[in-house]
Amino acid sequence: MSGTYLGMPAFPVAAATATADGRLRANLTHATRTIRGKRAAAVAELPDWAALRAAGAAVKDRTLRHLDTYLTQAEEAVTAAGGTVHWAADAREANRIVTRLVRETGEREVVKVKSMATQEIGLNAALAGAGIRAYETDLAELIVQLGDDLPSHILVPAIHRNRGEIRDIFAERMADWGRPAPEGLSDRPAELAEAARLHLREKFLTAKVGISGANFLVAETGTLVVVESEGNGRMCLTLPETLISVVGIEKVVPTWRDLEVYLQLLPRSSTAERMNPYTSMWTGPGESDGPRAFHLVLLDNGRTDTLADTVGRQALRCIRCSACLNVCPVYERAGGHAYGSAYPGPIGAILTPQLRGTASEVDASLPYASSLCGACYEVCPVAIDIPEVLVHLRERVVQGGPASVGGQRVRLKPARGHAAERAAMRAARWALDRPGVLRAGQRLAARTRRLHPDRLPGPGRAWTDTRAVPEVPAESFRDWWQRTGGGREAGA
Amino acid sequence: MSSRDLVLGRIRRALADVPRGERPEDVPVPRDYLATHSPADAVELLAENLADYRAVVHRADAAGLPGLVARLLAARDAQTVVVPPGLPEEWLAATNAARVADTADLTPRRLDAVDSVVTGCAVAVAETGTLVLDGSPDQGRRRITLVPDHHVCVVRVPEQVVDSVPQALARLVPTRPLTWISGPSATSDIELDRVEGVHGPRTLEVVLLRE
Ligand code: SF4
Repeated sequence: MSGTYLGMPAFPVAAATATADGRLRANLTHATRTIRGKRAAAVAELPDWAALRAAGAAVKDRTLRHLDTYLTQAEEAVTAAGGTVHWAADAREANRIVTRLVRETGEREVVKVKSMATQEIGLNAALAGAGIRAYETDLAELIVQLGDDLPSHILVPAIHRNRGEIRDIFAERMADWGRPAPEGLSDRPAELAEAARLHLREKFLTAKVGISGANFLVAETGTLVVVESEGNGRMCLTLPETLISVVGIEKVVPTWRDLEVYLQLLPRSSTAERMNPYTSMWTGPGESDGPRAFHLVLLDNGRTDTLADTVGRQALRCIRCSACLNVCPVYERAGGHAYGSAYPGPIGAILTPQLRGTASEVDASLPYASSLCGACYEVCPVAIDIPEVLVHLRERVVQGGPASVGGQRVRLKPARGHAAERAAMRAARWALDRPGVLRAGQRLAARTRRLHPDRLPGPGRAWTDTRAVPEVPAESFRDWWQRTGGGREAGA
Repeated sequence: MSSRDLVLGRIRRALADVPRGERPEDVPVPRDYLATHSPADAVELLAENLADYRAVVHRADAAGLPGLVARLLAARDAQTVVVPPGLPEEWLAATNAARVADTADLTPRRLDAVDSVVTGCAVAVAETGTLVLDGSPDQGRRRITLVPDHHVCVVRVPEQVVDSVPQALARLVPTRPLTWISGPSATSDIELDRVEGVHGPRTLEVVLLRE
């Protein structure tokens, strides 16, 4: 697979394979269940959670509605602090800029902090094409890289792997990338983490170039923020001489003070901790502390098209906490790879088809990769109404309509008779054939109802001939989820 | 056209629905969340939350601190200790571990051979069990609290302790390089089991210093 999602089958095909994989389902179920319980407890500690969530959504809305203002302000502040700002309209341009910057240092190796943005643009492959080796240093990313695999979760990219598989990957592959795994490595997590420590330390101590993303970019001060746990982030942000950060334009927040909202929302939502072990904040290159050169690459790559959609725009509030993945019954069964992009789960189902458009079969099927149960909305710390955007995107796939593509206003044709439509319908059937998932989907039954009888052409019509539109059940999704242990007892 | 102009142009077109003349402040941000969750005793809560994330918490007064630091270093058999330039001399008065100065020529590799580091702290957050370092002379550069495997951080209580994240941000200077530390390095990447110690110091000891 070598780190690219290109050529992935559409969601329903990938999901059908994934759901038949017992080991994958077991790994995922264990992991998502664990984190769900912990997260609820961490959130319950803050009595003002709802107010924080409202503020988190509002700050992002303010930012997005005035994004040009805040980006130019951030650019000015970063420049004043001694950094260099680059703008990249798409993935190719971002990759070109980063490759050039690395080349200019004369180095052929870089250490990387886990970054959704660089995963999205396929930076590692682009660097490899230029003869530059990028070492992923987050433990889960390392597992993925050594396994020649793809990330399947935003926060825990190797969530689909259990400890036995990780041991085998380390034992077999570490030597190809540097220091080999210790003899007789067991599958104890502590021992595996130690093997990663030894393997990567060599890289950290010698690396001259670090590449990162950022969780936040403060417009007012030009401060970048990276939130992490292992210390690999601190290593990459501190020890190299040159630091290159690739940051989506939606990561900007207006003021220093705004961090007080997100530093409370993010750790509790993502890892269920009061605070993640390490957070690094830097404003320009340090005089004597940290890299001497700092480059910020501001990435569009479809974000402005997403911004142009007044319903879909809210997806840009996302702070990548991954909480929506962990509560999603479809994600839990299908796994992250089925979504065919760096962004899996509910957020991927709305973000990817907006960033990339819905021209391909996999992207057109993504808005259907959901049961519309609403759990993702309830859990989202910035209150993105994911089901609302899903329904909106379904309409776009089936009916066409105005959209922004590559910065140009266009009118999309309905996908009638197109492969995308068939893919979409197969995805709908995939969810709807599973009674548990279907029953879970009633929160939005009223909203989607209009789509069912009138607007579904072709196979959809046949579907509505033989099935009644489901009635809104007396039992809420949450009750159902708890009663049935996430659908297992309901045969979902 | 430069990519900068291209992207900014796309943004302005994308925001055609935003009324001309709307200013950022016109988009309301409700700030009715709490500035503090008002713990009864912030220092106690800090100690509790630090311990909950597997930091080892000690207490000392000014007279007892040098002896305590010496014992903590001796317990780890630390031969060498890296010291920020502005660390109060008396903190290390009782240890015979060899000092390594935090100077520009201290390479990562040499730092990797150092056993321990002792620093002060800028702010500690009780509600989250977090220490914030801001590169002040008693804390040194970011790398010295990262590469050695054992970090002893001295927090002056109660004056360096705040209740909450909002209070901490208000005290910090954004232009300084800031490191927030909540417990030792940890990962949950293997089946979501928490394992301490991947790349940062595996042992974090916090001394709550009452003067
Ligand atoms: S959509 Fe919301 S819940 Fe999902 S990753 Fe983004 S911020 Fe988290």
